[in-house]
Parts: sequence; structure tokens; C-alpha cells
Amino acid sequence: MSDKTIAFTIDGTAVTATPGQTILQAADAAGIYIPRLCAHARLEPFGACRVCTVKVNGRPQSACTTPAVAGMVVENDTPEMLEHRKALIEMLFVEGNHFCMFCEKSGNCELQALGYRFGILAPKYPYQFPERSVDATHPDVMVDRNRCILCARCVRASRDLDGKHVFQFVGRGPGKKIWINAEAKLKDTALASADQAVDFCPVGAILRKRVGFAVPIGERRYDHAPIGSDIEARRDGGAQ
Amino acid sequence: MSDAAKTIADICRTFGNDPARLMDIARAVQAKFGHIPGEALDRIAACVGVPRVEVESTVSFYTFFSEQPKGRIVIRLCDDIIDRMSGMETVARAFTDELGIPVGGTTPDGKISLEYTACIGMSDQAPAAMVNDIVVTYLSSDKAREVVRILRETGDPRKLVHRLGDGNNAHPLIHAMVHNGIRRKGPVVLADLPPGDAVRKAVAMSPVEVIRDLKTSRLRGRGGAGFPTGLKWEFTRAAEGAQKFVICNADEGEPGTFKDRVLLTEYPDLVFEGMTIAGYAIGAATGLFYLRAEYAYLRAFLENVLQQRRAKGLLGQAVGGREGFDFDIRIQMGAGAYVCGEETSLISSCEGRRGDPKTRPPFPAQKGYLGFPTCVNNVETFCCVARVIEKGPGWFAQIGSKGSPGTKLLSISGDCSRPGVYEFPFGVPLREVLKECGGDEAAAVQMGGPSGQLVGPSDFDRTICYDDLPTGGSMMIFGPGRNVLEIARTFLEFFVHESCGYCTPCRVGNVLLKQKIDELLAGRGRAEDLPYLEQLGQSVKFLSRCGLGQTSPNPVLSGLKNFRAAYEALAPARPDGRVPSFDIREALQESETLQGRASVVFTP
Repeated sequence: MSDKTIAFTIDGTAVTATPGQTILQAADAAGIYIPRLCAHARLEPFGACRVCTVKVNGRPQSACTTPAVAGMVVENDTPEMLEHRKALIEMLFVEGNHFCMFCEKSGNCELQALGYRFGILAPKYPYQFPERSVDATHPDVMVDRNRCILCARCVRASRDLDGKHVFQFVGRGPGKKIWINAEAKLKDTALASADQAVDFCPVGAILRKRVGFAVPIGERRYDHAPIGSDIEARRDGGAQ
Repeated sequence: MSDAAKTIADICRTFGNDPARLMDIARAVQAKFGHIPGEALDRIAACVGVPRVEVESTVSFYTFFSEQPKGRIVIRLCDDIIDRMSGMETVARAFTDELGIPVGGTTPDGKISLEYTACIGMSDQAPAAMVNDIVVTYLSSDKAREVVRILRETGDPRKLVHRLGDGNNAHPLIHAMVHNGIRRKGPVVLADLPPGDAVRKAVAMSPVEVIRDLKTSRLRGRGGAGFPTGLKWEFTRAAEGAQKFVICNADEGEPGTFKDRVLLTEYPDLVFEGMTIAGYAIGAATGLFYLRAEYAYLRAFLENVLQQRRAKGLLGQAVGGREGFDFDIRIQMGAGAYVCGEETSLISSCEGRRGDPKTRPPFPAQKGYLGFPTCVNNVETFCCVARVIEKGPGWFAQIGSKGSPGTKLLSISGDCSRPGVYEFPFGVPLREVLKECGGDEAAAVQMGGPSGQLVGPSDFDRTICYDDLPTGGSMMIFGPGRNVLEIARTFLEFFVHESCGYCTPCRVGNVLLKQKIDELLAGRGRAEDLPYLEQLGQSVKFLSRCGLGQTSPNPVLSGLKNFRAAYEALAPARPDGRVPSFDIREALQESETLQGRASVVFTP
């Protein structure tokens, strides 16, 4: 342990971080799963979905944006936090039109997987059934705004990894939507099928065409183990 | 290149083709063409060198920008609880009848658009509206018809100003029918002291001494959060940065607040003095004055005040005769977004972006405007700063209460006989304020605007200060006949409209809160709805990313706490589990309209 190591606790477990690491990064390395949707290891923190909210010294903070500080006391896996996180996942389910039963992303979808992990059977909030547009003009990729959760992963991936700025938000409040760098059609943007922006969508809002069922239902990422199991395996494996 | 494209290129060049000036560019294009069409987005994007969707992202965020054509005259009728209580709905009907269009429409000749807008800071002279930049107050249905007639005849909104307000409202550069409504002057801000030599006094001290004086005065931010001003300045001064900035938050958007409008009309020098002192203390050369679009009618006047200060050597090079201290102030216009009153959203907006709040940490004192250390303070705070320096920190600290030194300006509106602006020392009991403004009959008072608390008579002996009943300045009074759920619904409508949509709980949760209040008011409530509202409200508060969502459930949560009976009356226990969710008359309405006759409904 170097002098620069930051020591703190998550739910009473001692965790160490390197300077500059966020709570989420330190937790991941320690094999402690903090649920998240908009955060991704290869993208700049954004802090929009709020699913990774933890209590830091008693105050709510998003783990993905908050730097680890020595001595901080973090509460993550508590009944209170579970209730708040369930509320968020349910809000996202009712806000859009998420038809899991015929969505190509089913089994690979992080929103669905969190629903399962939290044991959500049906949301307690009323479905909003918004009218949202689908853009299938691009030969290889489609955008279905019905399933978008406004996490900005595509915005960040296109800008920072693909160097293209294909996606950005327009509007505000409930009218906020994911939009494209063109007048109206995805085919008029610089998006290519191989772009990482396509891969980073956690839900079925950006889909590569013609490969939706290449991997059959039942053999998909979250079909056998809950989301977060890979992170927790590090802890069980004694990585720290 | 078409003429329009040339014009847009010229506008962009005026602002140095700088993407950080996108607010100014969009404002100029909107003013020139009446809207910002797709071709303009392309043109602006090309000129300032950002992707088109970034320009669209900014433009689509603000209510005063439009991608669709609008009339050259836009009537924006102020829609908030106070205006509704003052007869706004009748005024709206008069406008729609007279113009022959619904709210949100444009006349067939394309000349006049009519829309609602959030509180424009005229609650003590409601109902009010903006016609382009011109404010019209005390509207009635007759006056609304008169407004339309004059606009049709002259096409000139300036012709609507048929009488001038008091004080500087009558100044040729303001020329507004707005009145100040100063009802009570206090020893600090509205004192009858000419704006003095605070700047000269400050530059005679060292910056560290100035900050020390502010810390000694224990001045806390007047925007609502109450952060110690001296400490904020100390952090900004200590932060490393090639440049530093001072920003004045004149985005007074909390419904029911209008005291900053009065300060800008009557005490602009005091505000600019405070900003200049901040610049000296933290080591900034530039101040940005973020003025909400609703107060655009004050802009020419404020520009003139800045010009006079430059002429007097109080801005520009060697300010106040202090060699090496160069400081100037630029007015940055907003474009209609309440969330920009949140300091990091305000910084985003100053940078030409959507008014999304920024991730904290880092705080603006470390990394603010364009990434440089920035100190953001409220209009009233800067006024207090000037007085602290002028009169001394000891003088200031002995006014008010222990934890809340100084005075507070209150914007009082609603069910009272003397609405207006009051300056009280902190620590004044609410009951005393109610008595003075003629609101003794109050059944409820919304302290601190929609994001504050709705309190009832049992709280009237509490005192106004940071540690008891805090307020950014809004105080709305409701008489015995008012429905507290209706008040909560109006506030939630406002928050739904003003949420930036960045984070889930605020974007979705406020919609859900409002829907449940709608159900209760429609007679479809049940006992389980109250814990539902409580839990949902707590989640939105707990999980939201910025102050908007962290406070937006307050009207509901404080209503449930202080006016429980009103909620319970609308949320009966329903032992059979059935909720009357089906309204046969409503369901039949469309077919009745189509058939042209009423249906007969048999009830057993």
C-alpha cells in the first residue's frame, strides 16, 4: 500500500482507491457491485441515471462522479438504497415504451437486467406511453427512441471514441430526446455500423440491423447470472 | 451565399465566431428572423465550428428560442399561481377570442403568436404579460382586447406603454409601465444611501483584507442556499487558474420573486459595485452579468449604467485608480429557463450550452466558466457586499439574527392588501411580515417560492432566517379559500416544464407527482395515494442531481405535512378496492360532439 492509497469503507468493508478514482471505480476494483446504467468504464462519467447513487457520509452522491476521499463512509447495499434504485428503474420503465418480450436486446439489456436483479415484477408507477419516433433510414443501424433511457452513452462514445458527434440531446424535461447530427435522418449522419456508439447502448434504442437474434434467447449475457455478477466474482475470487 | 446566410455569418462574426457566445448568436438570429430554422442551425454550426446537433441542442433548450416560425410579435402571458388567482384565465380567454387562436398558436396572417410563459417577475402587478420585450401589467379581459387592438393597428409593442411606472421605470432607457412597489426600506439594501465609494474603499485594501471583512460580516448568499460569501471568494481566490471570473446571477426565476428586478431598476450601481469588489478580491478581470430574458427591457438601461461607470473609472483599466486592477462587466442574456438560476446551469448557459447543471465536484470556485475558477453570486448578495465594504463588517453583522446577519428582501404577492418589496432584518417573525403587508387572513404561505415550504398558521410565529424559515425572497400568500392541492399542482406543472431532463428522478418523478395530484383533484384518490406521494417525493429529493429536483417535491411534501387534512379529504379509504377512474360523461363527450346530441346515461 503506497502513501497515495485512499482508504474508505463501503457498507463497512474496507476499500482502497488510487488518487483520481471515483467511488464506482474503486468499488469495481474491489469486487463490490454498485448498480449503474449511464456509467461505463470506457466513458467519461455523466451522472444522469442516478442508479449508482450511494450515501457518502450520510449524503446522497452519484458514485460514478464522486472522487474517492480517504475516510469516507459509503452506504451502497442497504434496504433504503434498494428502494430508491427500484424507484429509478421503475421510472425508466414507465417513461419509455419498453417491450421486453419482443425486443432484440432482451437478455443483453442492462435496464431489464437491473429489473430482474432488483426483483421488480411490475412498476408501481403508471405507464406514460409516450409517442416517440423510430429512425430506420440507415442501412445498417436503427434508432428506436421508444426504448431510449437518455443515458448519453452513445453521445459520449460517438464523440470521444468514434470522434464523430453523431448523437446529442435536444429539448428539455420530459420532452428531451436523443437526436442526431443531421436534419432528421440517421442515414444522413456519419454513423457507421462498426461505430462504438452502437455497442454502448445499454438498452435496445440503438440496434445493428440483421443480427438481432444471432445469439438466441437463453444464451445471452444476463440469462444465467444477474447483472453485476462479473464484478462480484472479483471479490469472491479474492482479487483484492 | 443567400442573403440570410450572409446575415447569419455576419451575426456570428460579431461574436467572434465563438461557440461560447451561442446564446447571443441564437438571440440575434431569433430577433432577425423570428425563429431559428434548420438552415440557420447549419450556418451557425459552420461559422462557430461545432456540429449542427450541438447548436440544435442549445437552441431547443430555451423557451425564447424557436425552430418553428412565430409571429413577429409574441405575447407571452405569465402563467403561475398568483396570476391565476388574479384572473389570468379570463385574460387568456380574451386573448384567444380576440386573436382567434389558441394559446400556443399564431394568427393566420403570421403576425402575432400567443403563448404561456413561467413567472416573469411581476407577481405584485398580476396578471402580466410580455409582448416581445415590453411588459404589460394589471391585465384584464378589456385590457387584453385593447392590447390586441393596438398591436393590430400599430404593429408596435412599444405603443402598449400608456403610462410609466415610478422611479427609473420612467427612465427613457427603460420606459416601462412596471412599478417598483417598494413598501419597506431597510438599513442595508434599500437604504437611502447613494451608492457610495465601496469600490474605492475596497481597492485601498488588499484583496485578502476585503475577503476578511466579508468573512467577519458573516454575509451568506441571498439566492437561497446561504453559503458564506467570504468563504466562496476565498476558495475562488485560492484556486489555480490562468483567469478567473465573477458572475452575477440575475436569472431571478423563482415564481413569486421580483425583488432583483427592483434592485436592477433602482440600485444597479450597488450590484455592479459588488461585482467589481468581487473581481478585485478573487483576482478576476471579467464579470458576467446573466440577465434573464424576461428582464430584457432593463438591458439598455443597465448597459448605460455600465458605460457611466467606465466613464467614472469604476470599470475598465486601473479601476478606482488602482494600478493593475482591470475589470469590466459584460451582460449575458438568458433565453427562458428557470434551471439556469442554478449556478452551474447558469455557467453552462454562459458558455453557450444547454442549461444543464454541471457535475460537482469540481465546484465553480475550482472549475467554473470555461473551466476557470468562478465565483457566482446573487444580485442581492452583491448589493450586501457593497454595503459591507462601505459601512464595515461590524455594522452589518449586528443587523439581523445570530446565524443570519443582515436583512432580507422579500417579494410579497398573493392574498394581501399591500403586495410588493419589503426589506426586513433577518429573524423577523412571519406573523409580523403578514401584518405589515396586510396578509393577516392568510391560511397558508409559500416561503421561498415553489421550491420552498408551504406553511400554515401554526408556523406563523417562526422567524425568517437561514436556520428557521429560509427564503430566496419569494413569499406567496394564500387566503382561506385557496386549495393547497391546486397550488401544489401549479408548482409541479412549473417544475415539469422547467426540468432540464438530465437526470431520471427529476425528469420522470415530477411528471408522476403531478399525475397523482391530478387524480386526487379529479376525485379519483384513495388512501394509498398519500404514502405513494411521500415515497415518490422523497426519492425525487434524494436522487436528483441538482437543486431543482432536490426541492421540487417540497410543495407536496410540506403540504402533506402541514395541510394533511386537505389531502386526506381527497384520499378516502376505499374498502372495496374500487377507484372511480371511469367518467362516463367524459368518455361520451367525443361521440356526443360528433353526433350533435347528448346521450342519456342511466344510473341505477
